[in-house]
Amino acid sequence: MTINSTSGRKGGFGHWVRQVADHDVFYSFTRSPVTMLAAFTTFVIVFASIFAPWLTPHDPFNPASLDLMEAFTPPVWVEDGTWKYPLGTDDQGRDILSTIMFGNRISLIVGFFAVLLSMLIGITLGTVSGYVGGWFDVVTMRLADAQLTVPPILIALLVDGVARTTLPRELQEEMAIYVLIFSIGIAAWPQYARVTRSGAMVERNKEYIAAARIIGIHPVRIMLGHIVPNVMGPTLVMATIGVALAIIIEATLSFLGVGVPPTTPSLGTLIRIGNDFLFSGEWWITIFPAVALVVLVLSVNLIGDWLRDTFNPKLR
Amino acid sequence: MALLEVDRLRIEFPTRRGVLVAVDDISFSIDQGEVLGVVGESGAGKSITGAAIIGLLEPPGQIAHGTIRLQGQRINGLPNEAMRRIRGAKIGVIFQDPLTSLNPLYTIGRQLVQTITTHTDLTTSQARDRAIDLLNEVGIPAAERRIDSYPHEFSGGMRQRVVIALALCAKPGLIIADEPTTALDVSIQAQIISLLRRLCQEHRTAIMLITHDMGVIAETADRVAVMYAGRIAEIGPLRDVVKNPKHPYTVGLMDSIPVIEEENDELAHIKGAMPGLQEIPIGCSFNPRCPDAFDQCRRERPDLMPTGNPNQVAACWKYDGTTNND
Amino acid sequence: MILYVLKRVFQAAGVMLFVAFISFVLFNYVGDPVNNMVGQEATIEDREALRERLGLNDPVVVQFSRFVAHALEGHFGISYRLQRPVKDLIAERLPATLELVFTSAILALALGIPLGIYTGLHRDTWLSRLILSSSLAGVSLPTFVIGILLIYVFSVSLNLLPSYGRGEVVKITGSWTTGFLTASGWKAIILPSITLCLYQLTLILRIVRSEMMEVLLTDYIKFARARGLTDRAINFGHALKNTLVPVITVTGLQIGSLIAFSIITETVFQWPGMGFLFIQAVHFADVPIMAAYMVLVALFFVIINLIVDLLYFVVDPRLRIERTVTIG
Repeated sequence: MTINSTSGRKGGFGHWVRQVADHDVFYSFTRSPVTMLAAFTTFVIVFASIFAPWLTPHDPFNPASLDLMEAFTPPVWVEDGTWKYPLGTDDQGRDILSTIMFGNRISLIVGFFAVLLSMLIGITLGTVSGYVGGWFDVVTMRLADAQLTVPPILIALLVDGVARTTLPRELQEEMAIYVLIFSIGIAAWPQYARVTRSGAMVERNKEYIAAARIIGIHPVRIMLGHIVPNVMGPTLVMATIGVALAIIIEATLSFLGVGVPPTTPSLGTLIRIGNDFLFSGEWWITIFPAVALVVLVLSVNLIGDWLRDTFNPKLR
Repeated sequence: MALLEVDRLRIEFPTRRGVLVAVDDISFSIDQGEVLGVVGESGAGKSITGAAIIGLLEPPGQIAHGTIRLQGQRINGLPNEAMRRIRGAKIGVIFQDPLTSLNPLYTIGRQLVQTITTHTDLTTSQARDRAIDLLNEVGIPAAERRIDSYPHEFSGGMRQRVVIALALCAKPGLIIADEPTTALDVSIQAQIISLLRRLCQEHRTAIMLITHDMGVIAETADRVAVMYAGRIAEIGPLRDVVKNPKHPYTVGLMDSIPVIEEENDELAHIKGAMPGLQEIPIGCSFNPRCPDAFDQCRRERPDLMPTGNPNQVAACWKYDGTTNND
Repeated sequence: MILYVLKRVFQAAGVMLFVAFISFVLFNYVGDPVNNMVGQEATIEDREALRERLGLNDPVVVQFSRFVAHALEGHFGISYRLQRPVKDLIAERLPATLELVFTSAILALALGIPLGIYTGLHRDTWLSRLILSSSLAGVSLPTFVIGILLIYVFSVSLNLLPSYGRGEVVKITGSWTTGFLTASGWKAIILPSITLCLYQLTLILRIVRSEMMEVLLTDYIKFARARGLTDRAINFGHALKNTLVPVITVTGLQIGSLIAFSIITETVFQWPGMGFLFIQAVHFADVPIMAAYMVLVALFFVIINLIVDLLYFVVDPRLRIERTVTIG
């Protein structure tokens, strides 16, 4: 999918989109019911999250609307359950369905923006590394390789931990989400950098790039306009799977208590809170958020898996 | 009786866009000890034919109809285990790239011994001796030591010699050589070709030599088959086909080979390009590019027919005695 | 060969030094060590005196060398929160983590590799598809969710296995306490090790499968088939060996990452290991423990990487030739 013109980025991207739509890719998508289901599910979840404040039957974060008498209500199909709280309530009377929808929101926001950050850092560093080379390339790749040996969750944990110790206590709650996005984003940039770098190195040697250079187009324009669109393919596959991973990392950190503050609970926080009640029989407080998390991650993973199989010519 | 007989072989690839025909009703035979050169452009169907003969056609490709006979026995459609016994023992294969043909993690000795013991009753040490003899035969110096070396310790030409040894080690009667010299330096090509020819003469092994390089064919082949778009355009003895080509495509091919002694202003070539599998024309598949094409060529597909020379047949309506043509 | 080993060891030392430096920076400059060690009432003179005594006014190089020297002996200062030497805390917790990680590693490899081979060889059987779908679930289930689910089924509902702690431990040689010598120790380690190994298991499975499928498409496999070698010889001789060689590196690193995931598992099961200690340290900004943990984990990784590199060298003959001696 190379672009043999010196057109700007818009032309390159549009051209690419058209190629995809015509492609076997689309055919394969419509033939795979599982993937279509996964895509549909993801869409529903995203939609519900964006419009959560308007869609949720209750506002779980308004203390005034909470009724402690309604705490520990079981889900509707269990004795004592009611349709008012279809999935039950937690220890403070919050509707589990609503908390899940809001929780999804946080998970998606963190996941999405963290990947965006990783991609930004990774693609920039990778493109420059691959295109310019030299000592920048050497240093960046060493750094990337070193970081790749450490699992992202550990890096996110460490960055998060350091941020906590450096930030004054008052700011910690406000900044928690940004710190989280930053930590997870930092943890995942190397893979995007490596992929982009290989792609850049391949493109760099092609004739249309030489032509662009001869005409005198500024290197930054070359990189942005030609190199980047051409390496987006595999990067997108990684990004999709990356979102799933970012969601898992965020949920894990929140579960461990070092993620988002309890005032804006993500799915991980909800699971942590609910865990305390597992043994006393109010299983729904932790199980439903857990199921919601798994469904979300599974759907995104399925889409990512399908994308990867479709774009991998070797395994057809 | 010929060693190998291929009769009306048709190989198809079902795809979601329809059935693509890669090889369309080809028939040819190879006698014992004979070298048949199969020449044609990339995509003409040469390698696929070779793959089909040894039963290693990659799915979704399949033999739609036709028969392949080895020493009179039908071998297409045999169950896997039966075909496995034929591969290596009755038919040997040489592929194009000697570097990737050899498993990098095993010594060449191990790979040789394994092949020998699979197809014969020799013990491991007997097989090892035989392997050393073979290595000597193909021209590997210091075979007793080199037998325990790994493939990456050899140069390209030497590796191809090892590959030849591997193809010959179970003493097959036929070798299918698919572009055996294409990946080698020109200087090495000649050595390998003459080695191949010498060995096959000594062991009375027939060769189906698949290549796009006419020069290689000219050195080695007894007969030549010219393939175009999945069909055989012409078959005949080497000298006849080269000096006196009958099919317009062959004529174009021979003309396009520059001769150093002559003065050429331009390199001659055949206009147009060989059609892809989805675009094969009706009638004779060469007709859009043929300078001698007439009406019938665009309507009916010609089979191989005699051209006046008894041993040379071509699939061209020009030689059809029943039609009036210019 | 010796050269190769030395080179790797040298590189490893370099990485450790780098990590030690980061740890040192963390230790000395993040937050104020003095503030964390004395109470509010301490006077400025007291603080200054403490600074002198701790050598915090010495040049950075001196401080760093001191740090490294201490680290090599295992001294990482005193935990802010627990007011005990970090060294002791680590010594207490390390066996728990190592035993857990070790058990999980064995499980992940012993199940992951064979399953990967099977699904790579037999792509289209229903069993393959089943295994593959389950593996997707394995990657999508966060470790802590697995832990909670297992606890719910086996501890809460069925009451078969404990949901926290190590069970009874036995002390052997020095400070090593093992759970392998008691029945309750074994019962206690089952759920945590299954939880911990699942993610790695699915990754290993997928990597082995993917590599196997790629290997089966190579020219040398094609040539082996063309020579009429048996399926068994091809699949388990040629394909397997070529699959496992690149897989070694990746699985080695996966095993290394078990250390990271043990943090989660230990938290879910309240397993008294280093991960649990670390999380609490992060909660309370207990920098000495964080710094020590970083160095230890880096050491663990570096050692694993070294072993993997050496294994690679042993297994892949292409690396053994320093000077390429070609014939012909």
